[in-house]
This record gives sequence, C-alpha cells and structure tokens, in this order.
Amino acid sequence: MNAIAEALFVAEPFQAAGDIVIDCNVNNIFYGDFLAVRDSTVPIEKKKITGFIGPSGCGKSTVLRSLNRMNDLISAFRFEGSVMYHGQDIYAKKVDPVVVRRYIGMVFQQPNPFSMSIFDNVAFGLRLNRFKGDLEERVERALKRAALWKEVKDKLKNSGLSLSGGQQQRLCIARAIATEPDVLLMDEPCSALDPIATRQVEELMLELKQNYTVALVTHNMQQATRVADTTAFFSVDISRGGRTGYLVEMGPTRQIFEAPREQLTKEYISGEFS
Amino acid sequence: MSNLFRAADAASGISGPPSSVEYAADRIFRSIAFASAFIIILLVAYILWEIGEKAMPAVTEYGLGFITGTTWNVSKEEFSVLPEIWGTLYSSLLALVLGGIFGISIAIFLTQDFIHHRMATIFRTIVEMLAAIPSVVYGLWGIYVLIPLLKPAAEWLHETLGWFPLFGTDLAGPGMAPAALVLAIMILPTVAAISVDAFRRIPYKVKEAAYGLGTTRWEAILKVMLPTASSGILAALVLGFGRALGETMALAMLIGNSNQISMSLFSPANTLASLLASNFPEAGQVEVQALMYAALVLLAITFLVNVVGLAVQQYTVRKFEGKK
Ligand SMILES: Nc1ncnc2c1ncn2[C@@H]1O[C@H](COP(=O)(O)OP(=O)(O)O)[C@@H](O)[C@H]1O
Ligand SMILES: [Mg+2]
Repeated sequence: MNAIAEALFVAEPFQAAGDIVIDCNVNNIFYGDFLAVRDSTVPIEKKKITGFIGPSGCGKSTVLRSLNRMNDLISAFRFEGSVMYHGQDIYAKKVDPVVVRRYIGMVFQQPNPFSMSIFDNVAFGLRLNRFKGDLEERVERALKRAALWKEVKDKLKNSGLSLSGGQQQRLCIARAIATEPDVLLMDEPCSALDPIATRQVEELMLELKQNYTVALVTHNMQQATRVADTTAFFSVDISRGGRTGYLVEMGPTRQIFEAPREQLTKEYISGEFS
Repeated sequence: MSNLFRAADAASGISGPPSSVEYAADRIFRSIAFASAFIIILLVAYILWEIGEKAMPAVTEYGLGFITGTTWNVSKEEFSVLPEIWGTLYSSLLALVLGGIFGISIAIFLTQDFIHHRMATIFRTIVEMLAAIPSVVYGLWGIYVLIPLLKPAAEWLHETLGWFPLFGTDLAGPGMAPAALVLAIMILPTVAAISVDAFRRIPYKVKEAAYGLGTTRWEAILKVMLPTASSGILAALVLGFGRALGETMALAMLIGNSNQISMSLFSPANTLASLLASNFPEAGQVEVQALMYAALVLLAITFLVNVVGLAVQQYTVRKFEGKK
C-alpha cells in the first residue's frame, strides 16, 4: 500500500440484508474547490429507515441532498460517483432531476411552506402530478398522517404561514407525503418540533416504512435509536487541513450503538450518551 | 430614569441600564420621526386646501356636471372633464398592462437564475436609468421616433381590423397609442425594480421546497415564486399606476389634447394632467378655477386608486402570508 492509501480511511461497505432502493456511491462531492465529502458508500435499504448521524459539518445533509439531486440548485456543487436508483444512475446525463425529485421527496430542516392556503400547500404536489382522484381525501389523509389534521381541519383555507413553526414543519411533511413518493429524504425534520410533535413524526416514519423508504438525517441519537433500522455514522477529517466529511461506519442501528467497530464511532456515541 | 434592578449589579459586572444620553437620543429620534410624518400630512392638507379654495367657485358653479359633461369651451365658459377622466384612466390602464407585463417579466428574468448575478445588477441599473430620463425627452422621442414608427402599423391595423373598436380610427399623429406606450416605458422601471425586490425577498428555502417537490423551472416560477411575490408585485403595480395617472409632460406632447372619448388606440385624446399643463399658461380667471377643479378630480382619482390598491395588497398579504 502506498502512503496516501494508508492515510485515507475508507469505511467497509455495508452489506444490507434486503433490497437496496438507492445505492449511493460517493467518490467526491465538491462545493467549488472545497471537497465536502469523499469516499462514502451508503446503500439505502427498501422499506427501511436509514439514519445519518455525525458531528455538524460532516456532510450528512450534502449526501442526503445528493440522493434526489437537490444540490443541483447550487451552481458550485459537483458530484463524483454514482447514485443508482431502480437500476439507473440519477446523475447520468439523460436523467432529468425534476423526475428524480418527483419519486424521491424531501423534507427540509427549516419549515418552508408556500405562501398559500394549508389545503393548497398539501395539494401542491398532487396537482403537480396531475392527480385525478379525490383531492380532498388525499389532503386529509396526508394531514392526518403528519399529525396535523386535528389542529387545522377547520382552517384549511388559512395561509400555511399562519401556523406555528412546529405546525409548519408537519404541514411540509404532509405536503411531501401527499404524493406518496417512493423514497422520502428527511433532513433533521424534527429540529423545530417539540417532543410531542417529534414523537408523532417518528411514528409517522415508522408507519411510512410499511410501504416506503425513508432516509433521515438526525442530530438526535435517541431518535436514531428509536426509528432507524440502519445507521450511517459520518465524521469530519481535519487531519490534512481541509474539512472533508466521510462515512466512518454503517450498520444495523443496534450494532452501531452497542458494538461499534470503529474507535471514532465509539467516542462519538459515548460522548453523546454520557 | 432610576435603575430598578440595581440589586442585580452585584451579580453581573457588565450588564447595566442604557445611559440617560441614550434615553434622550431615543426620545429625540422619536420626535423627529413624528414631526416628519406630521409635516408631510400638513403639507398635503395645505395643498388640498389651496387647490380646494381656488377651485371652490368652479365647484359651486358646475357641480357634478363637471365630471359627467364632455365639453371644454373657454369662450362659452362651459367646462367639464369626462373625456379627460376617460383619457387618464384609459392611458394609465394600457400603460399598466404593458408596463406590468414587461416589468414583471424583467423581474423574473433578473431574479430567477436566468443570468449571472453581476449581469443582473448591470441590467437592473440600466432599467432603473429609464426613470432618470426627463419626461420631456420621452415626449420628443415619442414625437420624432415612436409616432413615425407606429404610423404604418396603425394604418395596417385600421385597414384590416377597423371593425374592432381598438383600431377604429387611423393614427394621424399624436394619440392614445404612442402616449400609452411611452407611459408604459416610464412606469417600467418602477414596476420592475419593486418586483425585483419582491422576488429577492423570497427566502431560498421556498425555492428549495418547490424544486424538492419536483417542479420544473417554470412551474416553480409560476406556481410558487409568483404567488409568493404577489403582494410586492401588487404594490409595484399600484405605484406604477399612480405614476401613470399623474404623468404630465410626455402626455401633453403625445396624446393629442383632443376632447373626445374613443376606444380607438389611434385616436387623439386628453388626460387631466395634460389638460392642466396645456391650458394653464393662457387660462383666464374662470378657466383657472375650472382647472383647479380638474386638479381636485385628478387628486381624488389618484387617492382612490391608491386606497383600493393598498386594500387589495393588504388582502393578499393576509390571504397568502397569513399575517394579521
Ligand atoms: N451551499 C454550500 N456551499 C458551500 N459549502 C457548503 C454548502 N453547503 C454545505 N457546505 C459545506 O459542506 C460541508 C458539509 O455541510 P453539510 O452537508 O451541511 O453538513 P451537516 O449536514 O452534516 O451538518 C460543510 O463544511 C459546509 O460548510
Ligand atoms: Mg445538515
């Protein structure tokens, strides 16, 4: 082995037991000249919840947002590697990112409802996909699953922005799940929620995984242990002056938390729980 | 002011109340702000009073007939301004439609990642420079460039589509079309600049939300960005319309100063502001009173437009943004 190969740690690829719906192989992710994430293989298992944990700035959001080409909005963003989704690399030239995002939905860290009525917010994706069925029924179902229905059922015509921060986030979740996307990416969806709403969203995730796949970034270890089937731990490599994130270890959540293989994982988890 | 929390000084070495100078500065700033607002109200009231006083004889003489009649005859001392009211609203509305469409399109072009940031700033500066061109220059440009350019098109439209009310007459020279076009250019910078600001105020996360749901660029712009910016765009349109209503010089040069009501884009017409500008210099005492009455009517129209516009805008803010 040469010196560079020795210096660069690369996690052992996680061998998932079930079907893989998104097979993400990051070689390098750049923002301009800045190498944000390197060498990380993150398979997302079908009908499971995959949790991403790690210190802030380690590239969890960057990797998650690469899974539905959200980062294409940032002009300096550059992805090297592949993200295989139903046998197709979503970064292939012929792929339209708009289509990718219709199948792989996203809930963001900051609630971002549209300045339109609560109903129109939830119906937005349905109308976008030219949904022909019972719009009202779908909106109601989405709001119920997002644990918001009781609070808003009498004011569906009010603006989505008139809700409180936590309600707005649940509205955004309802909006994202209304079209029942194949995969749902959630970037710290509960950071603006109180503990009760957090539990409700966690229950929703568990319910969603009956039919769909969820990838979840969380800074909350307990949340990862509560909902994630598989956990990927990322860290930041500052040894060579940069701040490059990379995957340290990925495995079944129990194994990651109870018997981590890597020293870094052990330290991070024991730091969080002590 | 005495510090009621002096006891806390023991615990915190650094925290303390604002000094008396800071309190005084606070009060002074507040008084200045109040005084400025009050002076503006006084000024408006004073102008209204002056115009109202000068117009009073005409108001009592002509009454409501002034705004329903259609003659302006100095020798017979018959004065009424319905054609001018029509011309004012018609030209401003045409300008609003044209300037609005172009202004909003420019704002979309400048803010929705069609061109590089720096290019957008340069472009925006150029558009805003349109506002710095004196009105009389617009008038001259209209007479020497725009009207000759419009003539063949107007002739063709009138000949082939003459049955259509908008093209009912031929363009002999000055008229509604050149006036409205120049007005549209004049309100364009206002509409564009304020709409740009409205689009710029939309947080990045809203754009993310739209694309995250799988919108194409046009879907994101039309279904998300435009509704989100709608209250700001409405404000832009109200300001632009107000500007068009009051524009004087360019219109006096381009509209033809003809006392008639016509749907045709090519027939000459007149507006209240242009009537004032053209007739004032040579008006006798009675006509001046009538002109002052016309000025009152123009003020009333402008005021009404602003109030209605503001109400609509407030409504959209409440409806879309949920603010009380
Ligand atoms: N839009 C961006 N432009 C440039 N650098 C970015 C951008 N977004 C994130 N980064 C950088 O990429 C690294 C990873 O960020 P992120 O994925 O947000 O981390 P995490 O979600 O784990 O906190 C950080 O160093 C951050 O500064
Ligand atoms: Mg993040």
